[in-house]
Amino acid sequence: MENKNKEQLILDTKERLKIKRHDMPAQNSAKRVQNFKEVSIGYLIEDAIEEAKRCIDCKVPYCIQGCPVSIDIPAFIKLIEKGDFLGAAKKIREKSSLPAICGRVCPQEDQCEKVCTIGRRKDSTSVAIGNLERFAADYEAEHGKNNNISYGKNLYDKKIAIVGAGPSGLAAAGELRQKGYRVSIFEALHEVGGVLIYGVPEFRLPKSILLREVQILKDMGVEIFTNVVIGKTITVDELLNEKGYSAVFIGTGAGTPKFLNIPGEELNGVYSANEFLTRVNLMRAYDMNEYDTPMKCGKTLVVFGAGNTAMDAVRTGLRLGYSDARIFYRRSRNEMTARLEEIHHAEQEGIRFDFLINPVRFIGDEKQNLKQVECERMELGEPDESGRRRPVPIKGSEFIADVDAAVIAIGTNVNPIVPSSTSGMDLNKWGYIIADEKTGKTTKKGVFAGGDIVTGAATVILAMGAGKNAADAIEQYLKTNIW
Amino acid sequence: MYEIIENKSIGEGVNVYKINAPDIAVKALPGQFIILRVHKKGERIPITIADIDKNAGCITILVQTLGKTTHLLSELKAGDELADLVGPLGIPSEIENFGTVVCIGGGFGIAAVHPIAKALKNAGNDVISIIGARRKDLLLMENEMRSASSGLLIATDDGSYGTKGFVTDILKRLIVDDKKNIIRVIAIGPVPMMKAVSDFTKKYNIKTIVSLNPIMIDGTGMCGACRVLIGGQTKFACVDGPDFDAHQVDFENLVNRQKFYEDEEKSSYECHRKEHHNF
Ligand SMILES: Cc1cc2nc3c(=O)[nH]c(=O)nc-3n(C[C@H](O)[C@H](O)[C@H](O)COP(=O)(O)OP(=O)(O)OC[C@H]3O[C@@H](n4cnc5c(N)ncnc54)[C@H](O)[C@@H]3O)c2cc1C
Ligand SMILES: Cc1cc2nc3c(=O)[nH]c(=O)nc-3n(C[C@H](O)[C@H](O)[C@H](O)COP(=O)(O)OP(=O)(O)OC[C@H]3O[C@@H](n4cnc5c(N)ncnc54)[C@H](O)[C@@H]3O)c2cc1C
Ligand code: SF4
Ligand code: FES
Repeated sequence: MENKNKEQLILDTKERLKIKRHDMPAQNSAKRVQNFKEVSIGYLIEDAIEEAKRCIDCKVPYCIQGCPVSIDIPAFIKLIEKGDFLGAAKKIREKSSLPAICGRVCPQEDQCEKVCTIGRRKDSTSVAIGNLERFAADYEAEHGKNNNISYGKNLYDKKIAIVGAGPSGLAAAGELRQKGYRVSIFEALHEVGGVLIYGVPEFRLPKSILLREVQILKDMGVEIFTNVVIGKTITVDELLNEKGYSAVFIGTGAGTPKFLNIPGEELNGVYSANEFLTRVNLMRAYDMNEYDTPMKCGKTLVVFGAGNTAMDAVRTGLRLGYSDARIFYRRSRNEMTARLEEIHHAEQEGIRFDFLINPVRFIGDEKQNLKQVECERMELGEPDESGRRRPVPIKGSEFIADVDAAVIAIGTNVNPIVPSSTSGMDLNKWGYIIADEKTGKTTKKGVFAGGDIVTGAATVILAMGAGKNAADAIEQYLKTNIW
Repeated sequence: MYEIIENKSIGEGVNVYKINAPDIAVKALPGQFIILRVHKKGERIPITIADIDKNAGCITILVQTLGKTTHLLSELKAGDELADLVGPLGIPSEIENFGTVVCIGGGFGIAAVHPIAKALKNAGNDVISIIGARRKDLLLMENEMRSASSGLLIATDDGSYGTKGFVTDILKRLIVDDKKNIIRVIAIGPVPMMKAVSDFTKKYNIKTIVSLNPIMIDGTGMCGACRVLIGGQTKFACVDGPDFDAHQVDFENLVNRQKFYEDEEKSSYECHRKEHHNF
C-alpha cells in the first residue's frame, strides 16, 4: 500500500476531477425490506481511497464552513487517501465525539457536501464526505482500539451531572471525562442514546454502533444511571444542592409528540411517530417472538409528514409487513425535510409519496379501531414565516382513504418535566430552555443546556456540538467559578 | 438494584410486592406510579404505588396477575431483582382539607386509593371509604383501608360480606339517604366502576377524581400511547395525570384503547404458558 500511496499523492487536479463519485453500496431493496439490517453497507478500503482522491484539498475549504462543528474535512480525507485511516478518525474526533453516528445520520447534502467545491462544478457531484467519515469511524472501531481515548483520569474532585443520554448528553459526558472530571449521566429510559435508540431505526443506525460509543464512555469511567427521571426521581436543584454536583448539563431533547388536533385522533391505530418507532426500536417489537411489547400489522399504513421521522416510520412499517406504506404530505416534494439519502432509499423500497394532502378526520369502526382517513387536497399559496409556500386547502377536494394504521410525524414539542421542576431557569415562549448559543449557559448558575431542549427539534450533529461546547464552558466555570 | 424484598399472594391472582427502591420511596407521593420491567426483553408496565416506607427505603405495589408480564412478576421470589424500575411518575393526587371526602376502590384500585385516603385523612378530612369486590375472599387491604379512613364501608357482589351490591349502591345511600355533604369523591378501579361512580356523582354535581390506566410505554410524555380524551382534549395520562376530573373523561375511548392489543397479549401469554408451564 505504501508505494501506491505515493503515486496517489502526485495526482493532479485534472485527474482527480475525472473520478466519479463512489455511491454508498447498499443492500438490494427487495431484500432489505424483509429485514431490519442496515441498508447502507459501507465503503471497502479501495472505494474509500478512490473517493478520497476526488477531494482537491481546496485552499478555501468551504466544506469546513458547511460543517456545524468545523471538522477539518480535507485533512481527514487526505489521511484516508494516504491510507492512514486511524489518523483520519482521530482527526475527526478532534471536533466530533460521535463520528460513526454522524457519518450515518447527518444531512450532509445541506451541510458540508452542499458547499463542496467539486459539487458546485457543472456536471459534478460533491465529494462523499459523509460516507468517508463513516468509513474512517468504522475502521477505527474495528482496528483501532482506544484510538484517541484517555482512560479514567480523575484530575478533579468535582462531579458533573448530565441529564439525558441523547447525542448532546453523551458528547458532553465524553468531553468532560477527558478533561478529568467525574461525570454521571442520568437517563429516564432503560437504555441510553436518546432519539438514536428509540427513534432512529436499526436499518439506518445499528444499535451496536451506538453501544460501541456508550461502551467507550463507560470504559472511560463515566457513570451511567438509567431509569432516573430528573424532575421526578431527583430534581436539578437537588443534584446541585444535595447530591454534590458542581454543574449540571441538561440535554433532554424535544421529545413530546405533536398531534394534529383533528377528530378521531384518539382511535386505535393512530400513532405518534414516537410511539410507532419506540415500540419497534427501543422495545424491539419487530421481534415479538423474543420480546414482549406488542405491535400490530395491517395492509395499509399512512404516515403524515416528510421529515426523517416520517421516513423512518414509513420504512419501519414496510419492514413490519404493511404491503402498502405511504407518505401523505401537505406540502410538495421540494419542502420535504428528510435527508436526501432516506428519501432515495424510501423510493427504492417502493414507498409511495402523495403530496399536497392534509388529513381532516380519522374514521373508526364500532370498536374505535381506525378504518379510514378523510383528507383534503392542498395547493401552494404565499410563503409563510419559514419562507416555504404555505399550503392552502382546495375547496371540495375531500376524499376518503382506507387505512389500517396512521402515523403522525409532524414534529415535537418540549417535554416539560425538567423545565418545570427546576427553579430559576428561564424558558422561552414555547417552553424551551434559554441558553447561550456558544456556552450553553442558562439563567441558573451552574446549569447548562444544549441540543433539542434549547433549539427545538434539530440534528444530531448540532446536539453533539452543543454538548461539546458546553463541556468547555463547564470546565471554564469550574476553574474560575465565574458565571 | 431493584430487589424484591417480599412477594406474597393475598388472594386469587393478586400479589403484594415490597421492592427496595430508596430513591423512589423518598420522593413518592399518593397517586403516583412506577414503571417496571421484569426481564431484559420484557415490556414496561405501569403500577400504582400502594404504600411507601421512606425509612426502609422501599415501596409496596399490589398487582393483579393478568398476562405474561404480571405472571412473570408473580414468579419472582424475595431476593430476585427486577430488570428495571423507574418512578415516581405522574402528578401526585391533590391533597387538601376539603371536608368530607369519599374514597372508592375496586379490585387493584383499592391499593391505588389507599395512600390517597391515608393522606387525605392526615390532612384533616373526614374520609369515608368504600371498597368492593365480587366475593369476600377477593377483598383486598381491608385493615389498611380501615385505618386510613374515618369510616369504611364494604360491598360485595354476592353479599358474602358487607352490603350486597356495588360500591355505587353505598355511595347512593351516603348521598341520597344520609345526605352527607360530600365535597369530593376519589374513585379508582375497573373502568366500568369508575364510569358508574362518575355518572352518579355528575347528577349531584360532586367533584370526582378518577385515576386512569391506559396502555403506557415510557411514562415520561415521549410516546403519546397513553393519551386519553378529557373534555374533548388530548391529554397524556402519564404526565398530565393519571388523576383526572371524572366528569370530563371519555371512558368509552379509554376502554377501547386498553383493548387494542388484546389478541397479541393473549397469544403472548399462551406461548409463555405452553413453553414454561405445560398447561
Ligand atoms: C425518528 C427520528 C429520526 C431522526 N433522524 C435524524 C437524522 O437522520 N439526522 C439528524 O441529524 N437528526 C435526526 N433526528 C433528530 C435528532 O435525533 C435530534 O435532533 C437529536 O437526537 C437531539 O439530541 P438531544 O441530545 O438534544 O436529545 P435526544 O436525542 O432527544 O435525547 C434526550 C434524552 O434525554 C432523556 N430525557 C428526557 N427527559 C428526561 C428527564 N426528565 N430525565 C432524564 N432523562 C431525560 C430522553 O429519554 C432521551 O434519552 C431524528 C429525530 C427523530 C425523532
Ligand atoms: C397508571 C397505571 C397504574 C396501574 N396500576 C396498577 C396496579 O396498581 N395494580 C395492577 O395490578 N395493575 C395496575 N395497572 C394495570 C397494569 O399495568 C396492567 O395490568 C399490566 O400492564 C398487565 O400486563 P400483563 O402483561 O400481565 O397483561 P397483558 O395480557 O399484557 O394485558 C392485560 C391488560 O392490561 C393492560 N395493559 C397491557 N400492557 C399495558 C401497559 N404497558 N400499560 C398499561 N396497561 C397495559 C391492557 O389493558 C391489557 O388488556 C396500572 C396501569 C396504569 C396505566
Ligand atoms: S470543499 Fe470538497 S473538495 Fe474542497 S476540501 Fe472540502 S471536501 Fe475537499
Ligand atoms: S406513556 Fe408514553 S407518553 Fe405517556
